[in-house]
Amino acid sequence: MKVHVDMNLCQAHGECVFAAPDVFTLHDDDTLEWVEEVGEERRAEVEQAAQACPMMAIRLEG
Amino acid sequence: MRIVVVGASLAGLRAAQALRSAGHAGELVVVGDERRRPYTRPPLSKQLLAGAHTVEQCDLPCDGLEATWRLGAAATGLDRAGRRLLLADGDALAYDRLIVATGCRARRWRGPGAELAGLHTLRDVDDALALRRELERGSPRVAVVGAGFVGAEVAATARGLGLDVTLIDVAPHPLLPLGPLLGERCARLHRDHGVALRLATGVRGFRGSGGGAGTGAAAAGAGAADGAAAGAAGRERVAAVVLEDGGEVAADVVVVALGAIPNSEWLAGSGLTLDPGVVCDATLTSVDDPDVLCAGDATSWPHPLADGATVRVEHWTNAAEQGAAAARNALAPAAERTPYVAAPYFWSDQYDVKIQAVGLPGRAERIELVEQSPAGDRLVAVGVRDGRAIAAIAFNAARRLAWYRRRLADPPACDELLAAVAADPSALGAPSGVGS
Repeated sequence: MKVHVDMNLCQAHGECVFAAPDVFTLHDDDTLEWVEEVGEERRAEVEQAAQACPMMAIRLEG
Repeated sequence: MRIVVVGASLAGLRAAQALRSAGHAGELVVVGDERRRPYTRPPLSKQLLAGAHTVEQCDLPCDGLEATWRLGAAATGLDRAGRRLLLADGDALAYDRLIVATGCRARRWRGPGAELAGLHTLRDVDDALALRRELERGSPRVAVVGAGFVGAEVAATARGLGLDVTLIDVAPHPLLPLGPLLGERCARLHRDHGVALRLATGVRGFRGSGGGAGTGAAAAGAGAADGAAAGAAGRERVAAVVLEDGGEVAADVVVVALGAIPNSEWLAGSGLTLDPGVVCDATLTSVDDPDVLCAGDATSWPHPLADGATVRVEHWTNAAEQGAAAARNALAPAAERTPYVAAPYFWSDQYDVKIQAVGLPGRAERIELVEQSPAGDRLVAVGVRDGRAIAAIAFNAARRLAWYRRRLADPPACDELLAAVAADPSALGAPSGVGS
């Protein structure tokens, strides 16, 4: 499954970091880094991260 | 099983989605009093109001839900004995489980001048568009009454449009629940951006442009009254906010931002306990009826950060999470339902500052600054009650807030938390002059 984040929308709420800490990380300067290709075992938490994003910036593919 | 979700905003939508993803294959009806499909409200006071976002960009995706939508249909009552939801159009919807997610509405001004044109509240898309139309017409002077989160954001947005803005509140500083320390910072932020603040000042009412209704004063004002209907009625237009100290603030547009009221009156005859939120147990189940569950702004439920007292939370994340939690519990027998215990998270964007908070800052006895960057532009404060940290608030420090959020799930002793902060190399730095 591919994880896309629209960085034009991302406001560093950190909801995704909270929902899926192994996939999303905030840097010291509050910019987001994420794993772009994740395994099926992470589907539930990544879907939760996408739903939790107040900016609707996260899109999942596959 | 037939499940009816009443309320078609974020909490209701997340409830409906969670019902489907948890395997509910039966009937699902979503009832909403607005005619629009669900949308997200945070941009209403910011991007939508500023004209940077379209209405469509606020829409919440709700594809593939396979729900029956009953939009533009307000709920008017609940027949619990007959398990029927009553609608304004006379229809009655049978349910096996009901999820109440009717949210809040803006508190309106009822005092002197309430009838004047140019007074606005901000809750839904139509409110935001009506306000935007007036902000875009000429260069109106804007007064915002109420310096809570909505009021402060509207003031920042209007100022960003280059308008003259006065922010008025009876409290001594904006954002009352965040305490004086952060409230003063917020006040300074608005002053630095050119907003006039009138604090510790109540509002007596609003004065019209002088001639009374039907004199033509409205049409001569800075912007003609709100659309054809108001023009036809000849409503007099607001000209000033009258303060309790007798002073006045000249204004062509007034935004009344005095908080929100739960939409629970429709349940008054139902026998459900209202406070005025729908009183639930920890599993978001009504204390009076195991077939009625609740989610979002109109839900009162006992919270561990409040020592088990009921709280009601009016924030985006709470609505989203409770919607999903209430849905999962609705599918379970009453004995197998799980408590909803998350520490509330919320944020506010004002100018270049992102304020984020977790926990219950409004219940704190004091708010203490615990981290601050050397430049002073980033900080974290904690809310303390009975020696425990029950809230953390960050200004431009999202990653740090996540650190606190994990710890607040089980509220730590404040001393332990401060020791952990001191030992954490990623902390922003010790604030200077703490306690002074």
